[in-house]
Parts: sequence; structure tokens; C-alpha cells
Amino acid sequence: MPTKSTLALAIAAGLTWSAGAQAQETVKVGVILPYSGPFADAANQLDAGIKLYMQQNGDMVAGKKIEIVRKDTGGPAPDVAKRLAQELVVRDGVDIIAGFALTPEALGAADVATQAKKLMVVMNAATSVVTEKSPYIVRTSVTIPQVNYAFGKWAFEKGGVKQAYTLVADYGPGHDAEKSFAKGFTEAGGTIVGADKTPVANPDFSAFVQRVKDASPEAVYIFVPGGGQPAAIGKALSERGLTPPATRIFGQGELTHPEALESMGGNARGIVTTFHYTLEREEPLNNAFVAAYREANNSRSPDLFSIGGYDGMHLIYEALRKTNGDTSGDALVEAAKGMAWDSPRGPISIDPETRDIVQNVYIREVQEVGGKLQNVIIDTIENVKDPLHGASN
Amino acid sequence: MADPSANQATIAGTQAWIRRQGRWSPYEIAFWIAVFVPFFFFPTYLTLASQIAIAALFALSVDLILGYAGIITLGHAMFFGLGAYAAGLLTKTGWGEPLTGLLISGAFVALVGFVVSFVIVRVQHLALLMITLGLGLLTLELANAMSWLTGGTDGLQGVSVWPIFGTFDYDLWGYTAYSYTLAVLFVGLLIARRIVHSAFGLSLRGIRENLNRMPAIGAPYQRRLQVIYTISAGMAGVAGALLTQTTSQVALDVLSFQRSADVVVMLILGGTGRLYGGIIGAIIFMVARDQLAGINPQYWYFWIGILLMIVVLVMPKGILGFLAQLWERIRR
Repeated sequence: MPTKSTLALAIAAGLTWSAGAQAQETVKVGVILPYSGPFADAANQLDAGIKLYMQQNGDMVAGKKIEIVRKDTGGPAPDVAKRLAQELVVRDGVDIIAGFALTPEALGAADVATQAKKLMVVMNAATSVVTEKSPYIVRTSVTIPQVNYAFGKWAFEKGGVKQAYTLVADYGPGHDAEKSFAKGFTEAGGTIVGADKTPVANPDFSAFVQRVKDASPEAVYIFVPGGGQPAAIGKALSERGLTPPATRIFGQGELTHPEALESMGGNARGIVTTFHYTLEREEPLNNAFVAAYREANNSRSPDLFSIGGYDGMHLIYEALRKTNGDTSGDALVEAAKGMAWDSPRGPISIDPETRDIVQNVYIREVQEVGGKLQNVIIDTIENVKDPLHGASN
Repeated sequence: MADPSANQATIAGTQAWIRRQGRWSPYEIAFWIAVFVPFFFFPTYLTLASQIAIAALFALSVDLILGYAGIITLGHAMFFGLGAYAAGLLTKTGWGEPLTGLLISGAFVALVGFVVSFVIVRVQHLALLMITLGLGLLTLELANAMSWLTGGTDGLQGVSVWPIFGTFDYDLWGYTAYSYTLAVLFVGLLIARRIVHSAFGLSLRGIRENLNRMPAIGAPYQRRLQVIYTISAGMAGVAGALLTQTTSQVALDVLSFQRSADVVVMLILGGTGRLYGGIIGAIIFMVARDQLAGINPQYWYFWIGILLMIVVLVMPKGILGFLAQLWERIRR
């Protein structure tokens, strides 16, 4: 039906044209996040980061007004994320797509960024491979190998641990964390004496912790999803006497984030974690960020999602400034490559080759400060790149 | 079904009745004309329209067992998801042709459905609900555990589907995706129509109404239920395969309980035991979801809940059932 499709194309072209005409004054940013469903909390924290940045920096950049169009995936739902990205491009006429709390959703939308030639800013999804899926993707969050590979090396070289046990949740991020920690640790000279995987939903940790105890390792590396699990595993560990300093406990930052610390109580003392953002890091930029964030969000503290959204917006603003308002995907990606700035988390930059973030990795220990448990930075590994990029080539 | 002692006239009468039931009504024809409307008036909604068509095919497959044969299920996403993964894995073996991919995935899932049906036909009511629910959850966990095959939570990577007939590639607007899914939905509906308006379809309704009575009139039910369950599973598998092919994505959510529940919600909204109930339900559910989520990304499910409650309270037979009743009343 040549006539039908010509007509439809004509209408379509008309709509794009009007969207294009509008883009003269505004830059539309489509934000795709799981605003509803099990990851709604993460999405809202990320969104609060976006809002705070815009509140502090205004919505005008390079003479254009920034407009945010929010879309919910209810995810994890890559097919929905892909459809929303398509719709944002063809219907809403967005110039940039952003958000992406979850890896499958970022991977789902990646093809659309390539096809439509739009800048895609990944503000959370933490699997290494994400940025390789499209030349238009730039990431402002973190990758799991980035923080854990460096941590594995550190554990042997500076942590003084010769052998360790790994205990991770049995899903993608857990597997990644286990692999990269073990890689860093063994490359440095350490030995992994045992590895176990716990169920993602409602695990009973006591049996697993007992197995760890029977192996009596110097240290145990733990990765569990946030929520109620850090407290549960903390309790299981202390019940069986697996506590620092007798047994060192390592993990990624989520294990000891403020809410988890509160529910873990004294069990958390001495746990060493690795992360790219530390709420308590004493530094003027971070202090101001935390204070402003708490004020805007009912005294809720920012977390890794918030900082990903905040820095993602900074990248969008600065890239637009550099291109002088040119919103073409190619120009924006070029502008983003190699960009470096001071974020509340510390100095960060975008690797021009992989378009992935380069940042400091902080090694923190849970200590009591003024009667309250918090993550105290005991070491900083500077300018860490994701160790997996290019590894497959 | 034929009773050997019945005379020729009764048989002829029954056959004529079945044929009459199977005639195309003007509403149906109007509906199939209306599906072309998005091409001209909502070209920016074609991707959504293609996903609605997929959901409609899935709902149709559930209607065949739930609406016509009375097999309640809360785990049909199992077949949808298996179809989706089958289609995705097939492209990874190097065969990305979509039409044969659809058939192979459908056949594979029908086979799984056939195996499962041996359990399904032996239980009823709550036990059936629990078994379908359990099988669905087990499949999801299995897919999660077998991340070497399925990609786990990150989803299956490297799915690449060839253009349809080697020429029509999947565009950003969704012209190809919608045309393709619509065509498959139409074929699915033709098959469902043929089944429903046949002696076999009639016997299914008999089973739904009174399970114990059917053997008494010489119609054993287990074999029939197995047949329809297998067909339904295959159709759900084709719907899942369509999703993979049009989005080149497969992730664990294709197997989720949410998907099994949503499809039942669609059916209840539209009306069970009517071929178009699932289709209308899918349209209303997906459009409402899209619009409500656009207005308020955080709390749209609240409004879906309200909508469902209103429909269930005011129109117990679904929207189509309600319209049919209304029509009856006007005619009288």
C-alpha cells in the first residue's frame, strides 16, 4: 500500500517538523525510570538528584530552556523502556534520553539511541557492558567491576588479607561483584578459599554463614541487594561470631548505607566497604550538596542514585554549553568525551574512549563517630577506570 | 460428538447452528477496519499499538483456556516467556528469519504446554491456581539461575532478527512492528475463531459449565482440555516470540508473575469467553496505562485498580459482556 504509507509518512514528517521547530527554544530531555514497582525508591532518589541540579542551576542553558519528560517503565522491563525511548524520540521529539536505573532497561533503549542518533545519559545502570551497546551512551554512575576490582587489589595489598571467602546474591550484579573482586584479589596474589551464592529473595543467611565459618577464612566478601538484607546478614554474622577484627568483612557500599547501618547497629562496626560515593565525606562541595538535598527532600539523605542523576544533569548542561545549544547526538557525545569536573563525590571525568566514568574509589570502614556509626574513608584509590572495557577486544 | 441414534435432521440442524455462530458479524469487520486507524491518525503510537497487539494475542490465548474451557491460570507468562526466550535464542544460533522463528518458538512452547497439560487436567479450582502459579514462578527462577543461557537479570544479549521477508526492517516509528504483529494477531484470531465455532469448541464450553456431566453424555474431558491447553500455550509462545522479534529484547520480566496477572486483568476488563474480550481488554489496559503513566509516572497503578473495581462491580461480565447485555435490552 504505497499510498497509505506515503500519507502516514507525510503526517509523521509533519509532526517531526513541528517538534523540530519547537526544539529551537527548548531542549527536551526524556527521563526513563522505573517510577513504579519494586525499584520506585531508586527512581525517586535519582529523580530528586535531577531536580536538585535543575533547582540550583536554573533551566536555561546556552539560551535554551531545559524541559524534562518523565516516563515510567514499572520495570525491570526492557521492552517497555525501548518503546518509551522510541516514543520519546518520535512523539515527544526529545533531544536527549536519560535516566536508566536498571541495566536491562539501558540495554533495551540503547538501539534507539543509535538509530535516532541521540545522546543517551545512563545515570545508574551499573553493568560494565552498557556503554558498549551504543556509541551515543555516556555513563555518570559507576560500574560494579570498577569499585570491586580495585577493592580486591586493595584487600591484598593494603588490607593485608591473604585469603578470602565470597558470599554474593545469586543474580547478575552479585555475579559481577564476585567475579571482579575475586579477579582483583587473586591477581594481586590472594586466594579465594570458597564461594557461595545466596537466593535473591528472602534468604536465610544462617546456613551460608555457617559454611563460611567452617572454612575459617581471614575475610569474607559480601554482596547483597539493599533493603532488609544487609541487616539480616549482619545479624547472622554476629550470631556466629564472624565479626571484625577476628574475621574481616568486606562488601560494596550498599551493605553499609545509612539506613542499613541503623538497622544493623553495633554488628556493623569494622565492616570495610568500597564505593564511589560517601555521604559523610568531609568536603565543602559534598557538604553543600548533602545539605541542599536534605532540605529539598524532607531530610532524606542522597545516595548513589541521587549522585548519578545529579552528575548526569551536569553532564547534559555542560555538553550543551560546549556545543552552544547544538542538540545533535554526535556533537553532544563529542562534547561529553573527556569532560572532567568536580562532583560532590570527588573529581570525575568521562573516559574519551569508552564514554564511561572515571572516578575515585573510596575504601571506608564503619566506625563510631560522635556516638553514631558511619562510613569513614580510610583510603582513596584515585581515577579508577572500569577494568572490563576493552578486555573483550 | 454425534449421537449414533440421532437422526440426520438433528445433525444437519446442529451443523447449521454452528455455521451460523461462526459467521462474521458487522462489528467484527468494523473492528478489523478500525485497527488500521493508528497508521493514519496516530503514527506516533505505532510502537504502543504493536505491543497492544502482542498483549491481545496473549490475552486471546488465555481466553481460550480460561474463558472457553474454564481452566483458571495465574502462570501463563510461563509460556509467553518461553516463547520469547526461544525466539531470542534461535536468533543467536544464527537463524534470524522471523516467520519461521515464530513457528519454531510456537511449536516448542506448545510441546512444553502439552507436557504440562497432563498435570493441569487433573486438578481444578484453587489447586489449579496454585499449580499454574507455582509453575510460573519456577520457570522464572530457572531462567534466573540459568544465566549462562538466558543472560539472567541483564537479559539476553545479541538478539538480532532479520527483516521480514528480507525487506521490511524494524523502524523507529514502528510501522513494520505494528503491521507484523497485527497480521499475526489476525491469524491467531482466525485460528481461535475456528476452534471456538466448532463442535470441539462447543464441547469445551460444556466442560466449563459442568465437568462431571460431559463424560456422562459421552464426551471425555481430559483429552479435550489437553488439546486446548496445548494450543493456548503455543499461541502464548507465539505472542512472546513476537515481543522478542519486534523489540530484539528478552529479559526476565517476560516470565514475571506481573505479566500473568496483567493478562488476566485484561481479560476480566474486556470480558472472558468472548473472542474479542481479551483484545478490547488489552487495548483499554495498555492505553490507560500509557496515558495514566504519562500524567503521573509514580501512581498510575492506583487508577488501574479503580478501573478494575468499577468494571468488576458494574459490569461483572466485562466491558463486552456489558455491551452485549445493553444491546439485548435495547432490542427488546
